[in-house]
Amino acid sequence: MTTAVEVVQDAPLTIGGRTFPSRLLVGTGKYRDSDTMVRAIEASGAAIVTVAVRRVNLDRTKEEGILYHLDPKKYFLLANTAGCFTAEDAVRYARLAREAGFNEFVKLEVIGDQETLLPDVQGLLEAARTLVREGFKVLAYTNEDLVIALRLEDAGCAAVMPLASPIGSGLGLLNPFSVRAIKRRIQVPVIVDAGVGTASDACITMEQGVDGILMNTALAAARDPVAMAHAMRLAVEAGRAAFLAGRMPRREVALPSSPAEGMLD
Amino acid sequence: MTQTIDVVVNGARRPVARDATLLELLRSLELDPRAVVVEHNRRIVRRPALGDVRVAEGDAIELVHFVGGG
Repeated sequence: MTTAVEVVQDAPLTIGGRTFPSRLLVGTGKYRDSDTMVRAIEASGAAIVTVAVRRVNLDRTKEEGILYHLDPKKYFLLANTAGCFTAEDAVRYARLAREAGFNEFVKLEVIGDQETLLPDVQGLLEAARTLVREGFKVLAYTNEDLVIALRLEDAGCAAVMPLASPIGSGLGLLNPFSVRAIKRRIQVPVIVDAGVGTASDACITMEQGVDGILMNTALAAARDPVAMAHAMRLAVEAGRAAFLAGRMPRREVALPSSPAEGMLD
Repeated sequence: MTQTIDVVVNGARRPVARDATLLELLRSLELDPRAVVVEHNRRIVRRPALGDVRVAEGDAIELVHFVGGG
């Protein structure tokens, strides 16, 4: 069977010189159990999987990190700096993540507000510059501000990750105009990160022409995370294919699909 | 003279043998050195060096790994 995406000639997603077979990136947080997480990630078809850096819990007799469940040979592990509120902390977490020895990529988050988890773009730029200087491939989680996206690209980021809506909100793509503006002006990949709630959100987001989507809660908090992961995989492919196909122009009046000629008297 | 000193591991004070190396500390905590990253007084200590670095009273040691996250 030929799928729509094979019909469409599309180059694979390439970030920081590495090529990935899927435009859907998924997180590993908040799943009800590890087995569900593993099956959902499998169903999503994702190649890039995000992880967080945290203290080992010394009070438990058998602490199981995420690597106990995820094969780092099968998935590209993208460490984040989630929970960091200063550039200094984010740099510290990124260095620790790199030392774990998988790759030099980091999903850089510098959060500026506890309630909305919106990025502190000043701290983000500062941390991005430091990490790029140290040889990191920085994927910067940012808001949908074009100017900041341009600055992040200037700073040497490998990808810019504007939000669809706040982390964990599931509100979908709130500002398609700004995301399109960023995509139009930025050379490095634009990966929309955070806020996608369901498959239609993912599809609409991909239809804006962005290079990929990263999501976590939309899968983990679905009633059936594995089924939602499958839906998201299809939605991302459909949205990408629709973007490449080029949609028809919008019209305010109807246009018949059947010929106006040849009607009976 | 006491045989142990106190260090701070992941934010909690813990007694360790005097002159213990970071590798010995990990062993005493039953942690696989390949599964954790060690930060000693804010400096990352690479795995091959864990057996060379000795802890001192009051040292701050962070032991981290990857967990689920978005």
